[in-house]
Amino acid sequence: MNYLLEIKDLWVEIEGKEVLKGISLSIPVGETHIIFGRNGSGKTSLLMTIMGFPAYRVKHGHIIFKGEDITHLPPYERAKRGIGIMFQRPPTIKGVKLREILKLCAKENGVKIEELARTFQFSSFLDREVNKGFSGGELKKSELLQLLVQDPDLVLLDEPESGVDLENIHLIGEMIKKLLQKDVHRPRKKSGLIITHTGFILKYVTADLGYVIMNGEIYCKGNPLEIFEGIQKFGYEGCQQCLKRCEF
Amino acid sequence: MAEKKVDPKAFKSAKETRVVEDISQLSPEERERLKLLGLDENIPHEGEFVQVDAKPILCRKKVEGLEIMPITQALKTFDKIGDYLWKVVSPEKDEFTRAAAEDLDDGYFIRVLPGYKLVYPVQTCLYIKSDKISQKVHNIVIVEEGAELNLITSCSVHPHINSALHIGISEFYIKKGGKLTFTMVHMWGEKVAVRPRTGIIVEEGGTYISTYVSLFPVNTIQTSPVCRLVGEDAKASFVSIIVNYPDSHLDIGGEVHLEAENTRTEIISRNVVYGGVNIARGKIVAKAPKVKGHLECQGLMLTDKGLMMAIPELDSYYSDVELTHEAAVGKIAREEVEYLMARGLNEQEATSLIVKGFLSVKIDGLSPELQKQIDKTLELAKLGF
Repeated sequence: MNYLLEIKDLWVEIEGKEVLKGISLSIPVGETHIIFGRNGSGKTSLLMTIMGFPAYRVKHGHIIFKGEDITHLPPYERAKRGIGIMFQRPPTIKGVKLREILKLCAKENGVKIEELARTFQFSSFLDREVNKGFSGGELKKSELLQLLVQDPDLVLLDEPESGVDLENIHLIGEMIKKLLQKDVHRPRKKSGLIITHTGFILKYVTADLGYVIMNGEIYCKGNPLEIFEGIQKFGYEGCQQCLKRCEF
Repeated sequence: MAEKKVDPKAFKSAKETRVVEDISQLSPEERERLKLLGLDENIPHEGEFVQVDAKPILCRKKVEGLEIMPITQALKTFDKIGDYLWKVVSPEKDEFTRAAAEDLDDGYFIRVLPGYKLVYPVQTCLYIKSDKISQKVHNIVIVEEGAELNLITSCSVHPHINSALHIGISEFYIKKGGKLTFTMVHMWGEKVAVRPRTGIIVEEGGTYISTYVSLFPVNTIQTSPVCRLVGEDAKASFVSIIVNYPDSHLDIGGEVHLEAENTRTEIISRNVVYGGVNIARGKIVAKAPKVKGHLECQGLMLTDKGLMMAIPELDSYYSDVELTHEAAVGKIAREEVEYLMARGLNEQEATSLIVKGFLSVKIDGLSPELQKQIDKTLELAKLGF
């Protein structure tokens, strides 16, 4: 199997507190995986660690991207190698316009910023300070537009549906589909890792494999829609019960 | 961290130097430096004045309604000079004003006749070429009734100068309904002391917009222009965009007196401190009812070896006024740096972009040409490196 990302027995702590305990997963080229979990289960920590933010200290294990061990590379080196992240709560950067950031994301990859912004009805935001006064849906669009311009091979999406109203969720789904080449018939080259609390995003974007994460560990792996149905029926409590049954 | 004492008597007179006769005699390096600050033939302008040490070497106008000449000439030819000379700045204010009053090294006199609204800027440049001198200039600007002037001043020194002192006395008069946009983009040197002394009077319905940009190393600047809004509906705004480097001492203020009803003002400063001492002062005095004033000072501290001091002051003699201030000093937020790093910028590039954004103040009323000039200077300063 040709894996884009391989995570091997990853143990991570923040300020001395263990947040990931032996996570292992592999994402083949062209596949989208989704991780379900309660707030505080370790989902965001996993994405932040894959992106390489220094607050997330890897105590043990490896992150392999395109066959290269990137466990100790800084975020910008990972971005250059083809990893991109959509933040759940991106910061405002005073005086810096969205257009400037898009230009920096694009470097010289030939992506047409104006055209993309027009397609996703976001042209009027190009000359606004990035993220300043943006609504929930606008923040997501801004993040996704940056990723579309950056054009990464692995897309990390942190709660893409949170805070988005019904009017915008469809468009955001379309942006994610384009990012993950869902509009292209296989073989796809882009891979994704989506984390979600509600699972609602599955109504708009398909995933190839699902996981449940609890207390920093992966407890379940399987068909994403089946896992989602189970969570809808029994909640994350059900996952714990299921786990107990499996242990016997 | 003590204030840097500057003794005007410790410098040679600018008149003792052997100066150039015209701009073509400056070295290519010097001309390039001035061009970076906006003294560029290709940028449209209505008039220009260039002084090197004590000698004006270029003074010309391109449009009607504009009078521009060395102040020494205006002293002889402008009948009413007595109404304007040393009227809003006292020669007895301090040792620097006294030094300028005793031994003047010229300066510019600019007057825009009533009703003339000049479209493009008038460009002035006060340049210090010789080492160890004090350049003492006196500038007078009169914007007559209903007239408008964009004045841009680029001050600089020879790139290899060891020490120098610039004393600039500036007296600005904005008559009824007039508008003066005064923009200073400066590139002093690490060993240069700067002591501007500025007074402004704005009459009824007049507007004064001041922008001070200092993004390059300088030894010490101490300035606090005093602006009096004496006529109803007059307004003034002061914006300073400052980068403070190690071993430099910058004490930059602005003081506005609201002396008539419905006058209003805004004093904004953005300061980035890489080291040294940065003092940002702002003072608004309400001397009439129904006036409005706002002070805003923000500082980014990028070091633990320096001092950033914000000193806002609001004085009111009336109850029916609206005076506010906000001040904030802090470091660059880590999450902002990391956000940009996730987009592929290394730490230095991310910091540089954040600093540039922080200093990018949108200045109301500034012409697009001047805004472009300031943006260009921000790019040049290679902030964050």
